[in-house]
Amino acid sequence: MTTHAKTPVDPAPSVPVGGAVGRPVDRRDGHAKVTGAARFSAEHHYPDLTYATMVHATIARGTITAIDTAAAVAVPGVVAVLTHLNAPRIRPVRKGNIVRDLGPSVSGTEVNYLNTDQVFWDGQPIAVVVAQTSVAANEAAPLVTVTYREQQARVDFAAEQHNATPAKGDLTFAGTKKKGDAEAALATAQVSVDLRYTTPGLQHNTIEPHATIAVWSGDHLTVHDTTQSTDASHKYLAWRFGVPAAQVRVRAEFVGGAFGGKFAVWPGTVIAAMAAKAVGRPVRLALSRKAVSRAAGGRTASTNRIALGATRDGRLTALIQDSITHVGSVGGLLEATSSPARHLYGAKNMLTRQNLVEMDLLPNTWLRAPGEAIGSFVLESAMDELAYELAMDPIDLRMRNEPATDPTSGKKFSQRMLREAFEAGAERFGWADRNPSPRSMRDGEWLVGMGAATAYHPVLRLVADVKVRLSNDGTALVQCGFHEMGMAAATVQAQIAADALGIAYEKVRVEYGDSDLPPGPMAGNSNQTATVATSVLAACAELTRKVTALARKTGTTGQEPAATLRAAHTPFLEASVGSTSRLGSLRSQGRFLATFLKDQRWSKAARGAQFCEVRVNADTGELRISRWLGMFDVGHIINPKTAASQLRGSIVMGIGMAMSEQTLVDPRNGRTMSAGLDSYYLPVHADIPPIDVAWLNEPDKSMPLGIIGLGEVGMTGVAAAIANAVYHATGRRIRDLPISLDKTL
Amino acid sequence: MRLNCTVNGEARQADDVWAGESLLYVLRERLGLPGSKNACEQGECGSCTVYMDGTPVCACLVAAGQAEGRDVVTVEGIADGPVQQAFLAAGAVQCGFCTPGLVVAVHDLLARDSAPTDPEIREALAGNLCRCTGYEKILDAVRLAVQR
Ligand code: FES
Ligand code: FES
Repeated sequence: MTTHAKTPVDPAPSVPVGGAVGRPVDRRDGHAKVTGAARFSAEHHYPDLTYATMVHATIARGTITAIDTAAAVAVPGVVAVLTHLNAPRIRPVRKGNIVRDLGPSVSGTEVNYLNTDQVFWDGQPIAVVVAQTSVAANEAAPLVTVTYREQQARVDFAAEQHNATPAKGDLTFAGTKKKGDAEAALATAQVSVDLRYTTPGLQHNTIEPHATIAVWSGDHLTVHDTTQSTDASHKYLAWRFGVPAAQVRVRAEFVGGAFGGKFAVWPGTVIAAMAAKAVGRPVRLALSRKAVSRAAGGRTASTNRIALGATRDGRLTALIQDSITHVGSVGGLLEATSSPARHLYGAKNMLTRQNLVEMDLLPNTWLRAPGEAIGSFVLESAMDELAYELAMDPIDLRMRNEPATDPTSGKKFSQRMLREAFEAGAERFGWADRNPSPRSMRDGEWLVGMGAATAYHPVLRLVADVKVRLSNDGTALVQCGFHEMGMAAATVQAQIAADALGIAYEKVRVEYGDSDLPPGPMAGNSNQTATVATSVLAACAELTRKVTALARKTGTTGQEPAATLRAAHTPFLEASVGSTSRLGSLRSQGRFLATFLKDQRWSKAARGAQFCEVRVNADTGELRISRWLGMFDVGHIINPKTAASQLRGSIVMGIGMAMSEQTLVDPRNGRTMSAGLDSYYLPVHADIPPIDVAWLNEPDKSMPLGIIGLGEVGMTGVAAAIANAVYHATGRRIRDLPISLDKTL
Repeated sequence: MRLNCTVNGEARQADDVWAGESLLYVLRERLGLPGSKNACEQGECGSCTVYMDGTPVCACLVAAGQAEGRDVVTVEGIADGPVQQAFLAAGAVQCGFCTPGLVVAVHDLLARDSAPTDPEIREALAGNLCRCTGYEKILDAVRLAVQR
C-alpha cells in the first residue's frame, strides 16, 4: 500500500526480544534521509505534471472588482490561470463538529478560495497560475493585475485591543475561570505584583515549506501533502469536492517538520486539487518561503495582565491572568494562554480570562504548545518577579504553592513530580551556586545570570484505528495512518509492538502517513504516541490471545509465534482496533468519548523544570545563553534517543521565541514583513549552547505504558527562564518578547 | 541554452535551460536529484548545499549557467560513509529536511579539518538551519564522525 516496504530497517542487533521499549534505537527512516533518498511531498514524480504558483491579494479587506490575466496567460508554458471568475465551483467550507467529524474543523480558514471575490487578509490567495514548469508559473504570477474596492481593515493589534471581548469556553477551551474573589484578594495581599507582558506573533518556519501534489483520476483524488492530519484532511477534501471519502487519498510519508503549522488544510492544498481538476493534469503547488507566511497561519500576538498576591511567607492568595489574543475574521485558533495559570499553582483566589479580538489578518493556528508557550512566559516571569518582591528563592516560592489537587478543577493529578524535577534539576544545574542578587555575578565584561521556570503541557489522547498482522515468517506489520514529521513515531510504535508481540524489533514493519490506512489521530497536542500506543497494545493483545489459542491446539505452546502459525499452516493472523465501516466509525467515536471522559477524571500533564545561564555583555547588551538544563516529568520514555531530540528541539524553539523570532506586520496595511528567513530570525548552531535534557522516567499509571507526550512541553517555560536569567544578570526586567539588543542595553 | 556539467561523477546535460534558473532547480527538476532541498531559495538556510568544484555552495544561489563545465556533487553522490552513519547513530536526524545540506556541509568541514573544535563546528554549520533537532545532536554527529 505505501512505499515503506522498501524502507530499510535499521540493523539493531543489540535489541533483545522483549527489550525494545526504553532502548535508544536509531530512527527507522534515518537512512533514507541522510542519503537524500526520502521523497517529501513535493518530490513525487508524475508524467504530465504541471506546476502552480498562487497570486496573493495585496489589500487586507475588500472586494476584487477586476482581474486581468491576459499577460500571465501569454507567458510561454502557461497552461491556465484560474481566478474566482473561472475556477471550478466546489462546495463551500462548512462548520466542524469536534465529536462527530473532525474533517471540516481542519480547515485553516473559512474562505472559499477562488470561489469568492472577497479578500480577508493581505496575502490571501486569489488566483493560481498553472504552467509546464515552475519557472513559467513563477514568472507569470506577478503579471496578474487585480483591481479592488478596498474596505477599512483592522490590522494593528495595538490599536484593536480595546475591541477584545471575553472568549466563551467549550469542551476544549476554558474561557473565563473564577475561584473566589481574586481582585479583592489582590487588593488586600501582603505582597503583590501587577504586570503587563506582551508577546509577538510567531511563525513555524518548518524547514520544509508547505507543498501539495494533486492528482485526479476520474473522480478519485490522490494528494501528496505536507500534513499532520491525513484522516481529517482527506475527509475535508472529499466534502469540498463532493466525492466519497474513500475516493480521496492523502499521503504524507515524509513531512519536513510541522509543529502545528501543517495540521489545518491551508489554501495551497485546496487550490492544487482545484487546479488539477481544471487542467486535467497532475498539479504541484510548492509554496515559496514567502508564500507560506502569506497563506499558512502562525501564532497570535498577545497582551497579558498578570497579577499575583501572596502572604509574606509566599503563599499565593490571588492569581489573575487576563490575556488578549487575536483571530482572523475568517477563522483562527483560540490560543489558551491561561492554561499554565489554571493548573500550576495553588492560589486561593483565581481569575483567568481570555479576550479575543477579530482582525483582518491571516487566521492564526496551532504552533507548538499553543497557549502554554505564551502562558508559561507570562506566569513564570511573574512568579520570578514576585519571588524578588518576597526576597525568596524563586524555586522555593513555586514549591510553597504546589497544589494537592488541580487548582481550578479540583481533580486529582494522575502524576505530578514537579517538586522532584526541580530538586533533581537544581542539583544537576548547580542552582545553589547562584548569588540571588541581580547583577552580582560577573565574568569579565559579561554579566552572568541564572534563571528557572516551570514547564507545563497538558495531556490529550485521541483515538486511532490500528491493524496488526503477524506472519508465519516471523514478521509483523503495523498499519495506522499516524504521522511522522520528525518525531520518530514509527520507530517508537515498532518498539512497542515488538515487545507486545514478543518478537524481535527488526521484525516489525510499520506503515503510516496515508489516509488509506486505518485512520490515525492528527499529530498534535503531543497526543500521538500515547494515542497510537493504546490501539497498538490492544491489537497486539488480541493477536497474542489468538496465537496462544492456536498454540494450544497445535501443541506449540512456549514456541515463538511464527512456529505456531507454521504448525497450523496459517500464513498470518490479524487483529484490528476500529474499522472504517459505518458501524466501525460510530464505535470509534464511542471509543473517543470513552477515552476522553476517562482521561477527564484526572488532571494530566507533562511538566518540567527549565534552568538556564545567560551572559549579557555589559557594554553591548549582547545576550548569549551559556548553559541549559531541562529536567522533565514526562512519564515513561520509550526511546531515550529520539525523546531527547524532541525535548532539545523544543527548547531551541523556545530560545528562538525568547531571543529573535517575531512576525512583523505592517500596521498600515496588514502585510507580513517577516516573510522570509532573512527577516524572521531562527536560532542557528552558533547561538545554541550545550543543552542538557533529562527526565525522571516515572510512568504515569493512568496512561498506556505510562507514556506522556513530550513534543511540546520542552518549549514551555523557556522564554521565562531566559527573561528571569536576564533580570538576574542585569537587574532589568524584560516583559516584551523577543529580548532583543535594544531591550538589554 | 544547453547546460553541460558533471553531476555525481557523470556527464549530464540539460536543454532549454532558462538563464534565470538556479543550479538547485536544474538538479531537482531537470536531473531528477531532489536530495538537495529547496527551503528558502535565498541562501538563508543551507538545505540546498552541494559541492561545486569541491567547494560547498548554496545551489539556490548559483545560476544554472555558472555550473557550465563544473563538477557538482550532491548528497546523492556522497558515498554512504562515516558522516551519514554518525548522523543516524547520534540521533541528529529528525524530519530530515535540513539533513542533506548538513551532510554535505559536515563532509566538507571534515575534509578541511579532521579535528574541529566545538566553536569551529558551530561556526561552520551556522549557515545550515534546522528547526527540529536543537543542533546539539548534530554536533555530536560531527564529533562521532571524527572518531570514526
Ligand atoms: S534553499 Fe538554498 S539556502 Fe535555502
Ligand atoms: S531535522 Fe527537521 S529541520 Fe533539521
